[in-house]
Amino acid sequence: MAILAQAPRPKLMTFTAPCTAALAAAIAFVVGNAFGTPLVGLAIGAVFGFILAALLGQFAVPRTMGRTATIAFVAVAGFSVGALGGAVAGALLGAVISWFFYWLHTGAYRRAVPVYYTAAQTLWYNTFLFICGLVFFFLIAPLLPVIWLSFNAQDFFTFTPEMLSFDPAGYSLKHYRDFLGTDEWMVPLKNSLIIAPIATLISVTLGTLAAIGLSQSHVPFRQAIMAIMISPMIVPLIISATGMFFFYAPLGNWLEANLGLNQSFVGYVKVILAHSVLGVPFVIITVTATLVGFDNSLTRAAANMGANPVTTFFRVQMPLILPGVISGGLFAFITSFDEVVVVLFVGSAQQQTLPWQMFTGLREQISPTILAAATILVTFSILLLTTVELLRRRSERLRGLSPS
Amino acid sequence: MSDMTSSGQMLAADGTPLKTSLARALRRQKLRALALIAPLLLFVVITFIVPIATMLFRSVENQIVSSTMPQAVELLQQWDSATGVAPDEAVYQALYFDLFKAAEAKEHTKLGTRLNYEQTGTSSLFRTSGRKLDDVGELWQDPIEDIAPALKDGETWFAMMSGTGSNTVLEERRALWASLVEEPFAGDVGITISDEIAQMLPLTTAAYADWAIYEAIEDGKDISKRDPWEAVYAGLGLDLRSDATVRAVNAYTGPHAADLQLLTANLDQMPNTMFKDAFAEMDEDWLDPEVWEAIKIYSPNYTSGYFLNAVDMKKGVETAEMRPENQQIYITLFKRTLWMSLVITASCIILGYPVAWLLANLPMRTANVLMILVLLPFWTSLLVRTSAWKVLLQQQGVINEILVWLGFVDDANRLILMNNATGTVIAMTHILMPFMILPLYSVMKTIPPSYLRAAKSLGATNFTAFRRVYFPQSVPGIGAGSILVFILAIGYYITPEIVGGTDGVLISNRIAYHISSSLNWGLAAALGSILLALVMVLYWLYDRIVGIDNVKLGG
Amino acid sequence: MQIKNIVSAVSVLALMAGTASADGEMANDMTLVSWGGAYQQSQINAYADPYVAMNEGVSVTWDESSAEAVAKLRAMNEAGNITWDVVDVVASDALRLCDEGLALEIDADEDLAPAPDGTSAADDFGDLMVGDCFIPQIVYSTTFGYRTDMVPAGVEPPNDICDVFDIDTYPGLRSLEKRPINNVEWALLCDGVAKEDVYDVLETEEGQERALAKLGTIKDNVIWWSAGADTPQLLADGEVFIGSTYNGRLFAAIEEQDQPIGMMWDAQVFDLDGWIIPEGLSDERLARAKDFIYFATDTQRLADQAKYISYGPARLSSAPLVGQHATLGIDMAQHMPTDPANAQNTFLYNYEFWADYRDDIDAKFQAWLAQ
Repeated sequence: MAILAQAPRPKLMTFTAPCTAALAAAIAFVVGNAFGTPLVGLAIGAVFGFILAALLGQFAVPRTMGRTATIAFVAVAGFSVGALGGAVAGALLGAVISWFFYWLHTGAYRRAVPVYYTAAQTLWYNTFLFICGLVFFFLIAPLLPVIWLSFNAQDFFTFTPEMLSFDPAGYSLKHYRDFLGTDEWMVPLKNSLIIAPIATLISVTLGTLAAIGLSQSHVPFRQAIMAIMISPMIVPLIISATGMFFFYAPLGNWLEANLGLNQSFVGYVKVILAHSVLGVPFVIITVTATLVGFDNSLTRAAANMGANPVTTFFRVQMPLILPGVISGGLFAFITSFDEVVVVLFVGSAQQQTLPWQMFTGLREQISPTILAAATILVTFSILLLTTVELLRRRSERLRGLSPS
Repeated sequence: MSDMTSSGQMLAADGTPLKTSLARALRRQKLRALALIAPLLLFVVITFIVPIATMLFRSVENQIVSSTMPQAVELLQQWDSATGVAPDEAVYQALYFDLFKAAEAKEHTKLGTRLNYEQTGTSSLFRTSGRKLDDVGELWQDPIEDIAPALKDGETWFAMMSGTGSNTVLEERRALWASLVEEPFAGDVGITISDEIAQMLPLTTAAYADWAIYEAIEDGKDISKRDPWEAVYAGLGLDLRSDATVRAVNAYTGPHAADLQLLTANLDQMPNTMFKDAFAEMDEDWLDPEVWEAIKIYSPNYTSGYFLNAVDMKKGVETAEMRPENQQIYITLFKRTLWMSLVITASCIILGYPVAWLLANLPMRTANVLMILVLLPFWTSLLVRTSAWKVLLQQQGVINEILVWLGFVDDANRLILMNNATGTVIAMTHILMPFMILPLYSVMKTIPPSYLRAAKSLGATNFTAFRRVYFPQSVPGIGAGSILVFILAIGYYITPEIVGGTDGVLISNRIAYHISSSLNWGLAAALGSILLALVMVLYWLYDRIVGIDNVKLGG
Repeated sequence: MQIKNIVSAVSVLALMAGTASADGEMANDMTLVSWGGAYQQSQINAYADPYVAMNEGVSVTWDESSAEAVAKLRAMNEAGNITWDVVDVVASDALRLCDEGLALEIDADEDLAPAPDGTSAADDFGDLMVGDCFIPQIVYSTTFGYRTDMVPAGVEPPNDICDVFDIDTYPGLRSLEKRPINNVEWALLCDGVAKEDVYDVLETEEGQERALAKLGTIKDNVIWWSAGADTPQLLADGEVFIGSTYNGRLFAAIEEQDQPIGMMWDAQVFDLDGWIIPEGLSDERLARAKDFIYFATDTQRLADQAKYISYGPARLSSAPLVGQHATLGIDMAQHMPTDPANAQNTFLYNYEFWADYRDDIDAKFQAWLAQ
């Protein structure tokens, strides 16, 4: 860190200023295009960028002050062209340009690469990061309209003019009220939260055991067994759905008639079993993959020291393959939590799950309630994942490890 | 550890020969492995493999034709469709008795629906004919009841048909019912049909037995009190058309012989209707040799017809031929499905590889935060994500609006990003991306960064070092991700249905259509089997080339 | 432990359910199957709630599976486990179910209530009793809605079915259902075929080619929908200029959501939605299902449903009783597809024809789409 902090600043007039000018020119080109004068925009942008960089660099304006000034300036310029919206856009662009300038000017752009990297290599590395950023954006992009539209005051998936001009009349929480306040949505949510964890538990338990068996050195018909266990993933879901119906319907009859079980309970059993089968391939694939690298001498060592197989499994093997088991379980959970085709056939009304309700919602009335549902789930999972990460960091700190 | 015996055999510590001891250990190991595998294997086989296999078996099953019209189908085997003439009277006569039964049990429309997949118009042919069959029987019933009023009465019939005998006809007819309705039809019918009558009036007996079985077992009635249905009168009328039968009836002395002899004395009052004409009157399509050809082609219990349909072919009398061009669709769809799955897999690799690399090489803290971004879409329902893509991609959608606002796209020529293959590829790439990133990440995590540094210190350029050292080690991850993405893509149907428009839909969409709308499950099963076979072949190839053990996914 | 508790709890429930069959010989639990959304809500309001209020102890479960009803009923029938009691389906599906032996045949005069003036149910429903198993509830129509703000300046708003095919006068995308039914009829009507000849022409190979060729003139301008909610959404987005959908969806978009959408009723295709009772119910459940059907399809109940949704009641005798919308307070009669002003030029869906030709024409249509 110390070495990097002393990294020489790049030359202002031949590097930082031209680069800043280029970025500003590109942005201004795009903005100019919107007003039908791309080339004028290009020229203004280039000149502005260069002068900005030269001023900020030459007078060594401190970062905070320089950025604030730039943002303010561009925002005012934006306001003169496009009122409030223009000001917001201007502020954002000002932030981008000034951030870019300081990123170059302070040499921060080289912080992540080794000192011996050439300019071309550094450029490539930063381009690479930019590309990755775009891919992350691609992954997240669809969630943004989902979250935004979930506050729509209308019953359509449409950005109304009121929404675009940030008029409070265009926004409402009614879809959240619909989601949280009605049985229509809360019952399916509850069902999903019953079905998915139990199905995951079954597929993880059976799947992990089988994967351990499969990873032993002498397993007859290994390929065939593997193919059978992976098959739920490869059969088209609609075929699985109808096929499984014919198995689960008589099974349900039998359970109801011979064990005297309640119809709704049997319904849950059917859906849970169907979903566990669908989750199995994911557990098998992940856990066998983790076991490929597993050192079998560890179990032998444990056995040597007198541990019985069960102890060996829980104390030695399990902790080591846990990451694989967890990610397999995650896939299995999602498979069940997001599954709509099989449950449509195997389930009955009492087992209506969240995806099923969403499916009906989309077909019968495109209502942003499903967006509210999605937003709540996304928020919940962000909180969950963040908590897990924070806990991990805390335990790292407590154990005195340096952050990895 | 082991000693050599005098014979040169190795012995284990406990004195058993080492070979035996090792074999036993191996066997124990195998058994333990199998014991661990067994629960899941049983679970998957019972709850998945068997039901799916049964489902796929529908692609060749075709008992419905021969079980609904067994007698007509048997006679039809002698008919040569090449003559271009409809079959002769005997077939129509058999058809009448078969269809009459089927209509009573409401099975005839099922056959009509089945045959309608092959021959348009059969559905209503069977439906409308089923309603008119009673009228045909009444052609005989009315004169018979006029001539011999005692035959109006079910009790007369019961007395006339009863007698001593082995009831073989009854048992034969029972078996036919069982295969028609797919119920055992077990139970006491409450009659022993006289052998003498059965021999003298075969058609009457067969029709009476059919009625008696249905009435007694399906409806649970006492047949001695019930009036038989119209087909029995038609049977009697037909029996009496033979001179030999008339002579036998005149010599007959059993119960109600007098009533039968009344009929033989008044044969001139009986109709001489031909069934062929009767059917032609119901619907002239019955004279169409094409209808009969379809029935004949689909009369065997197992058929290759569905599979031929699934590859745009049509089963003919002797050979199979391609369908007319304007009906060919499945081969196009199979090719498109494979091609689009490949494109989707490739886009997932191209977009996922850099991200996975970044995640694997950043410090854990940053990587975990970024990992949340990868997992987040995963937590959002597939349906929601697909709808979100719709909002983004449509012509009045977010992307087009921004491009138009910025002046890059003319308002009149907005980009068409969805309702075509592009839409399907974009949305499915997004949906399946985590399935590529996670396995890639877990493989890359195991590649020591020192290898790359070593390569560079030996003088390799960045690119060479990547190509020769890093990339080959990451191939298993690409393989695992690809097979997951490819297989999942090949079976998708909800996303293409929503954003695919016309040229972005895949074969699964048609399978879903045939399962849930057209009810042509045989065809759906055939399409599914072909798709499954394709995936199996690819899976086998993959196993050959990369090895399934190398599949890594997360962890 | 916990699982054990659940098991014992539910078996107690099961026992209770088993012994509670008090009301004559009728089952007390009933599963009704419908489409979900506003339509199902209108059925709950008009039929199910009053029925439950009248019959204490009866509980109704709704299953939103009507879209998969045909396939699911067939599967249930084969598996020998019918869990549904009354199922809402469109008439063509009812015909298919009846043909497959999956729906119970109905005796209109015995199973259905006569009109208040004594007219028999068979006469009151008239021709709408399609097939032997179908009990009609509503007449809906597949018709067009267009964006009023996208009508080109100086041009009359579309009022003729052929305006859909007129790209020059009415530019913009159209949305049509992704199936041949209705579309080929409209295409032929606009290709100069007289209304009464449409199905005769469609029976022939050339007629089918002709319909597809006509559709081909706008193929590049069509977005094909498969869910009834698609067209209102596409219209709300301004994605399409004009699109076909069920009239009730357009009513909701126009009156409840205030969208700038106009109705084009010309050549609207009437279709029916109604109940069937699955074949193979136990006697108690059948008795309950028939009792419900008798109540839910009487004259007043059918008229009541029109308070909540703009579909016309299937009984002649219900029409005069149609009143105002329950929450909006607007007169519903003028929004009904059967209103004389809207029904100047209508087209009646030919069930028998489509039962025969559906598979064949659909194959050609899909191949044509894929080209």
